[in-house]
Amino acid sequence: MSIYWSVGTVLLLLAITAPTALAFGFGGATAARSRVAPLRWFGKSYIAVVRGVPDIAFFLFFVIALDQGFEWLRHQVKCPDWPDPVRQGNDFVVCDAAKLPLGNAAQWVHETYGFFLAVLTFAIVFGAFAANVLFGAMRSVPRTQIETAEAYGMSPRQSFWRILVPQMWVYALPGLSNLWMVLIKATPLLFLLGVEDIVYWARELGGSKTARFTDYPHPDWRVWYFLALLVFYLIFTRISELVLDRIMARLTHGQATTGGEAQRKAA
Amino acid sequence: MSCWETIADYGLRSLGIGERLLPRDNFTLCQQVVLIGSGMIWNVYFGVLALCSGFFLATGVALGKASRIWWLRKPSEWFIFVFRGSPLFIQFFFAYFLFLSLKSVSPVFDPFTAAWLGALIVLFLNTAAYSGEIFYGALQSIPKGDMEAADAYGFTGWMRFRKITWPTMLRLAWPAYTNEAIFLFHATTLVYFSGFPAWQQKGDALYYASYFADKTFNPFVPYPILAGYFIVLTLLVIGLFGVVNARLSRHLPQDARRRLKPRPNLMR
Repeated sequence: MSIYWSVGTVLLLLAITAPTALAFGFGGATAARSRVAPLRWFGKSYIAVVRGVPDIAFFLFFVIALDQGFEWLRHQVKCPDWPDPVRQGNDFVVCDAAKLPLGNAAQWVHETYGFFLAVLTFAIVFGAFAANVLFGAMRSVPRTQIETAEAYGMSPRQSFWRILVPQMWVYALPGLSNLWMVLIKATPLLFLLGVEDIVYWARELGGSKTARFTDYPHPDWRVWYFLALLVFYLIFTRISELVLDRIMARLTHGQATTGGEAQRKAA
Repeated sequence: MSCWETIADYGLRSLGIGERLLPRDNFTLCQQVVLIGSGMIWNVYFGVLALCSGFFLATGVALGKASRIWWLRKPSEWFIFVFRGSPLFIQFFFAYFLFLSLKSVSPVFDPFTAAWLGALIVLFLNTAAYSGEIFYGALQSIPKGDMEAADAYGFTGWMRFRKITWPTMLRLAWPAYTNEAIFLFHATTLVYFSGFPAWQQKGDALYYASYFADKTFNPFVPYPILAGYFIVLTLLVIGLFGVVNARLSRHLPQDARRRLKPRPNLMR
């Protein structure tokens, strides 16, 4: 039964992560083109650092690092008069009240917390990619559009929200759709983060240890499970391609780009 | 134990040479750097071999996809779609379990379940598909004038492909192909995290990095070391590909040459 839920887990992760990563990306891109220098440095280094390092390393790194970071923060708040250092040799020790989730919490709390960490990790990593795409898109909006807005007496804030943001999507969409494909293909890495997703179940069902000791009525079927996963991802990719093509056609409509021009000629 | 002894003990640990047991406690910085570096041998091995062999299949697949003969075009299109449309992670798993079940059929398949061959095959096919798509795109954007000029000089068939089409295709594809090479090196870190087991703890760089992170519960040392190694590797790749790029475009006027811009890293 859980294997069916795990498909839902993957879809839920995609549904939550995509907007979150987009929000992170929007924040990163806006920070990177900010006029305040520290904010700009922060945005640019966020984009550069996350994009420059192998990504699986990031997934492995962030889950522990975020977990320890949260526990450390709670430790500072909840137990200010704790005498021992937090890092004792190879151990990371915080007081019991700061443990996340609390030691006596129910199973589903642990699972939800793991899922939350996974979403946050995905959002941070893909946010950087999205930030890069959006940063490029904001710069591709023709300069004259902003100048026109200025000529009409709009403040920088107004011209950003009313002129730049609505127009940038058509430039951002090819990059974002590429990113969505990559995001779909990154979901099996959830399994590395300890969330029980489809890869976990495909490995588990009829895994070598259990198969020997319990009597499944069939031999090792894991090849077929993974073939099914392969097909699942292929179909998912194909559907996304079709949908994204449609969105692109819709967004291009009436824009001053080659695509929009072609549509106008065809009509 | 001095750092030199550590290098002697663990420098080739990933190949099974040197100390058998991994360090268990009192990890020094030197041990982490040496072991993770030793694991990089495997990353370089997978990356280099898959790139070199995948290059030829990629050329074939690109030509196939651009072909007008349907029984060449369809298989190439499907090959590219399957390998680009599914996660590399799942491909590794599927290949591993496929080889496992083939192993019970015939002992010929024994070496395929080991990472050095099995994973290499998956990486080879995968990079062939990705670079095949890149080469196909380049093939489509060869300037019409170049081909007309070739016709005018009487180039036909193999000579035209060897002297005109192929070099131009490579030159156009080269910046994207450099990125692909960088992705591929990053993708090699997936090998030991999927189905393929690391026999006797002979693993790649990420395997050792996560070993240290698990043991010390401190991700802030091993992963930055790993990142450092990969940045160096990426710079090396960019340098090497830059040399080839300069050679491919040596006939162009100075200002028309496109410089390689490193744009690393989307996962597959």
